[in-house]
Amino acid sequence: MTEERDTDIIIAEDQKPELNSDWAGGDRKPFRTSYGKLMMWYFLLSDAFTFAGFLIAYGALRFSSPSWPVPDRVFATAPFGINELFPNEQAPLIFVTFMSFLLIISSGTMVRAVQEGARENKRGVVFWMLLTVLGGAGFLGCQAWEWSNLIVKENMTVTTNPFGTYTDNGYYLDPETGERSDEEVVAGETYLLHVAGEVHGGEEEHEGADHFTYSEVPGDYPGYVVDGLQADGTINENAKRFIHRKYVVEEDGAEYVRVQEFGPTAFGALFFGITGFHGFHVATGVIFLLIILINAGSGVYTARMNGYEMVEKIGLYWHFVDLVWVFVFLVFYLL
Amino acid sequence: MAQHLSYEESVSGVWKGLGLLAAVTVVEVLLSLLKAAEFAENIRPLIYVASLLIIALSVYKAYFIIYEFMHMGYEVKGLAMSVLLPTFLLLWALIAFFNEGDAWRKNREKIEFRNEAKAPVAAPVGLLEDVYMLEEVPA
Repeated sequence: MTEERDTDIIIAEDQKPELNSDWAGGDRKPFRTSYGKLMMWYFLLSDAFTFAGFLIAYGALRFSSPSWPVPDRVFATAPFGINELFPNEQAPLIFVTFMSFLLIISSGTMVRAVQEGARENKRGVVFWMLLTVLGGAGFLGCQAWEWSNLIVKENMTVTTNPFGTYTDNGYYLDPETGERSDEEVVAGETYLLHVAGEVHGGEEEHEGADHFTYSEVPGDYPGYVVDGLQADGTINENAKRFIHRKYVVEEDGAEYVRVQEFGPTAFGALFFGITGFHGFHVATGVIFLLIILINAGSGVYTARMNGYEMVEKIGLYWHFVDLVWVFVFLVFYLL
Repeated sequence: MAQHLSYEESVSGVWKGLGLLAAVTVVEVLLSLLKAAEFAENIRPLIYVASLLIIALSVYKAYFIIYEFMHMGYEVKGLAMSVLLPTFLLLWALIAFFNEGDAWRKNREKIEFRNEAKAPVAAPVGLLEDVYMLEEVPA
């Protein structure tokens, strides 16, 4: 950034005549960098706008919603039963923090690969790029687990969001009798709607009354509703039978019965869309890292004698993927 | 590349940078858990301050990744500005769309309020004045 450094670059480049022929018709390169790196920067700029468009849409929809699922509740699962070590079997944000670390560390190993490239050290480049690939693949594996858990176990889809959030304080109705119980409903707390007949580990015991089994037949019961009953009284066999518990809230001295609602519909589409688009970038990044890794290993860049510039370019892309995750992590998991 | 640093310095710089990013991430997660903790539920300022801190730390992480890991700090100023300045256009998008989202929420609340209210049935003869007044009925 300082004048001194700029001058260093000019002197260094004036001594490398082959770099000056990258752009036909000029003898000085724009911004004193190579065509490839400059274009990678502008591609990343355009990609940043794409992600910004998605994330701003997320923000606008979140602002437009009266409630939003609390991330600590939604993302509280972890593989291998790790979440069972935590109170209430909830491991808030632990797994995604691990995923973030994988990506950050792979960014660090990428910088090491670029540094070794600048020294024309083939073995170093291959070693550090291999670690980067492992980090990226590990991240993808984690994301696959996270997605399948959300889809298969928690029944979240692009159009169904079983994570609702209470907007009022109140009390649950006893599911069996429909009487007001002592179980509290707290405004701002996020709940997960379960599907009738599906077992959810110990959760059923925490949330429901002792040893109560919800009916699997769609209908309106004293203390809960099971999805699937149509207006004409027939049963829609295709509908997922979500259980919605009833609760009472007090308003202006009167008591009103409310039913647990689905969360904001946009949540599923935004989550799968944005983390999916990011995951797609990670996946393409891993593929290109592998291609360049193989090229580097087979000596293509040694022959070019340009300080492994291709490694620098894929490095820029890989850091960008990490950069986007900083913001995806921010809006989906931290806020 | 970092021309002004020796090889050893730039290698240790990577690990230091990595440690810094990891530490910032841990602080962010702790702040996020803090603002979602039960005792924080009724302390609005705590939630706002924690959220703002988390956002500031994320922006710092982004700055660090761009300037150190992506070596933007070692490119000429023109390149840095031609990439970074256009992103400032997004600031307006943030303000405009978040404001718009908030307006959607207010409209939705207004519509819900209207749906819960209903006009009383007209009196048998003629229209009384209070027909035009909306009466709220319990849901």
